[in-house]
Amino acid sequence: MNTVNDTLIPVLGVITDVRIDTPDVKTFRVVTPDGKKAFDHKPGQCAMLSIPGVGEAMFSITSSPTNTEFMEFSIKKCGCVTDWLHQAEAGQQITIRGPYGRPFPVDTEFKGKDLLFIAGGIGLAPLRSVINYCRDNRADYGTIDIVYGSRSMDDLVDYKEIVDEWTKDTDVHVHLTIDREQQGWDGHVGFVPSYVKELGFDTNKTAIICGPPIMIKFTLDAMIELGFDKTQVYTTMELRMKCGVGKCGRCNIGAKYVCKDGPVFRCDELDELPDEY
Amino acid sequence: MRKCSLSKLTDLFQKINESASLYLPATDNAGGAVYTKWADGVEYLDVLNTVRSPKDFFFPQSENLMEFKLKGKNIEILDIREESEDFVIFGVRACDVKSFEVLDRVFLSEPVDSYYQNRRAHAVIISMACMRPADTCFCTAFGIDAAEPAGDVSAWKTECDLYLKANTEKGAQLLAKLSNLTEECDDSEVSPLQEKIRNIMKKLPLEGISLENFGKGKTKEYFDSPLWTELSEACLGCGTCTFVCPTCQCYDIKDFDTGSGVIRYRCWDSCMYSDFTKMAHGNSRNTQVERFRQRFMHKLVYYPENNDGLFSCVGCGRCLSKCPISMNIVKVMKALGGEKK
Amino acid sequence: MQKVNRDVLLEKAAAMLDAGEVQAVLGWGAGEFAYDVTPRVFETSDELRADFVWNDFCGANLSKYLVSKTKKLEGKLLVFLKPCDTYSFNQLLTEHRFEREKVYAVAVPCEGMADVQKLKALAGDGISSIESTDSGFSVTTIYDDAPVEVKGADVLLEKCANCKSRKHVAYDELLGDEGEVLDSNRFDEVERIEAMTSEERFAFWQGELSRCIRCNACRDVCPACTCEKCVFDNPNSGAENKAPTTSFEEQMFHVIRAFHVAGRCTDCGECSRVCPQNIPLHLLNRKFIKDINTFYGEYQAGAEEGSRAPLVDYTLEDLEAEDVFKKEAE
Repeated sequence: MNTVNDTLIPVLGVITDVRIDTPDVKTFRVVTPDGKKAFDHKPGQCAMLSIPGVGEAMFSITSSPTNTEFMEFSIKKCGCVTDWLHQAEAGQQITIRGPYGRPFPVDTEFKGKDLLFIAGGIGLAPLRSVINYCRDNRADYGTIDIVYGSRSMDDLVDYKEIVDEWTKDTDVHVHLTIDREQQGWDGHVGFVPSYVKELGFDTNKTAIICGPPIMIKFTLDAMIELGFDKTQVYTTMELRMKCGVGKCGRCNIGAKYVCKDGPVFRCDELDELPDEY
Repeated sequence: MRKCSLSKLTDLFQKINESASLYLPATDNAGGAVYTKWADGVEYLDVLNTVRSPKDFFFPQSENLMEFKLKGKNIEILDIREESEDFVIFGVRACDVKSFEVLDRVFLSEPVDSYYQNRRAHAVIISMACMRPADTCFCTAFGIDAAEPAGDVSAWKTECDLYLKANTEKGAQLLAKLSNLTEECDDSEVSPLQEKIRNIMKKLPLEGISLENFGKGKTKEYFDSPLWTELSEACLGCGTCTFVCPTCQCYDIKDFDTGSGVIRYRCWDSCMYSDFTKMAHGNSRNTQVERFRQRFMHKLVYYPENNDGLFSCVGCGRCLSKCPISMNIVKVMKALGGEKK
Repeated sequence: MQKVNRDVLLEKAAAMLDAGEVQAVLGWGAGEFAYDVTPRVFETSDELRADFVWNDFCGANLSKYLVSKTKKLEGKLLVFLKPCDTYSFNQLLTEHRFEREKVYAVAVPCEGMADVQKLKALAGDGISSIESTDSGFSVTTIYDDAPVEVKGADVLLEKCANCKSRKHVAYDELLGDEGEVLDSNRFDEVERIEAMTSEERFAFWQGELSRCIRCNACRDVCPACTCEKCVFDNPNSGAENKAPTTSFEEQMFHVIRAFHVAGRCTDCGECSRVCPQNIPLHLLNRKFIKDINTFYGEYQAGAEEGSRAPLVDYTLEDLEAEDVFKKEAE
């Protein structure tokens, strides 16, 4: 009996590094106690992290599968588990299980395509995994455009990596924006949806959007206005989850479970689902 | 088929109990029945529905999943699973037997739930035909035959005899152990009983329920129906229907601090509860209308869509008799057009 | 059998709806069977004529629905209230749970309501029809048996078997005759439990409460439980538990609830009526009512709108703690 694995039983993880990204976002580096990656994953997949006694919650894995040494999670402080994690220090053990969910189709539909990533706020976290995966497998993809916006300069997650690494890549174009003017910021100011329209991308691209629901909605409208079809646009969803494998019954949208049939959905697939998310 | 005089029923229970714990419906001392571990003196109660369904055997209301010991920054994960003992459940009605198939589809599909599987694998089910079905029964709508209940062993009970028929290898093994207490008889001996049951089934007031309009692909048709508001109007948002339901399987996972460690347990949850889908930053089902809709859409549309047309209801009628405000799946089905033309 | 006919209620409500004097009617709606009645808001007289029910199975207390339903309406809501329901109505008003001027309360005399479970225990599970007779019911089943005659008194809901009052304590209009506050035997069972040793009493409640499945039906139906957010639903309270994880939790839940409604409970009996496990929850509340009567003088929550419950009131004659112990010692 005890030899049978059960997905509900996690393995141990150790937080080896905590990076402060923004005032309310920290990025946690996690390995197993013997210093290895807990498990392999694909871009867009998630993992259940928990602190026994506090709770368990689902987070998208922010690091790229091409990183074979550790996993990273960029986590915004917004509830019990995240509050606890934010006060955790390096060396703290947690539990981890996964990977869960349907990943981005990086090896199929995305192959050979020009990619357009659009993120708002903490929405960059799930996209960072796929962006870095594509950067690491550069030959498999066409041009990469990244539009990323946040409330302010201080709220841009992974700002250092974006500036130091992404912007230096050839054929990777980063377009940053913040909601309001700010001292020390000479970049674009304005909301993501209108910036996307302003930039006016070629409609031969495959787009991936992630951010707050309202931002996704308006960005999708902007994309349609630019002439994109919903079949070219992907997004990733979040609903309350407990099991991660479509059994506990709460993260469904119609007959689909976000934990197992998602979190990645193509926008035309969402049209087939009832409006309950 | 084997046959046994009811006068030997206690001997039969005794014999079964020798090799595996026996559970059967007995009085709960409050007008209802509850599956009880048999011991000398426990009387089998020939009721239709136990208040709590036999799903408890495989998916108990709460169960400990694992334990954690915390020391400074370190955590120890303790796997507390133990091999279940063999057990026999006697007197499971045809509807409830079918409910196991509904639960199996959830818990035994990949990745298999080892907690459920462990208990399921160690159980032998002896079903019981329904001689006197209730007005709240509508199992026939789901293709269930109360006169021929499934399970490892099917049983029929008359005024004086108990008939037993093995349907599976497990069932045959159990009946072999009982051979000294039972005698061989022809299958046709239960035919008159079956005919009698089927005749009563035809007279059931809910016989007219049809599933034709439900199942795969019906989400769009019903999701935005204005009827949900009206149907859910009196709903109290309690969890009675979900907890007495043999097929409701939603659960929550929570941690309990014991003072010397943490127990992570799983417990039944209800889509009727306001915090079921509540997240730190919002709730996808904010009103009782949405929560009410979820329960019935899940049973009648979403579940069949994901499970080859199998419905997540077996017509046991528990929710009909237990809902505090008498709103139930039959009323929902009829309102949405689920009546035979 | 109820003395006031369904048509009397129906015509009253239909006339007021048609005249626009009320915007909707809160009553009981027909179900699949003669006995399954669902609380319902009727918006037209046609709906009323088709589905309105007033029979011996209208046990549900409609007063709590006034809290949510009056908020949704611009105009007035007509509500039918049995005598016991009027106590809840008053108590809700005392606690400012709804606006009195948005309600038109029609009081209906009640001869006691039937318990389907008791009826089925006597007549069989497969009921095909229920006819009212002078003394109770004539029940026909689907089993080809002869109709079963059942005495009404034998199948009364627990709350009706121990009815405290047939007097309506609040209404705008009364249909039929006014009743009296009854010399009820409702504390007999409490006294029986009080007479137990503490071990016996603990065993009694453990036996009863161990059946609890924490469905929360008792709380959700209770007219005294009108908190916007119950502590047991709040994940941050530390008390949120959906499952009775230990017997301690079970006992906590019901005891905390009983304390919370102490002095406010009108003894409407809904908690026990809706309990799927037939736990006699009303006995916990009755114990508090009885104790309040003993220690602070007769008080019935809901009997009078705006009354000050002894537990939230102070008088110079109030018992001090040591007096309580003295009194108990006697």
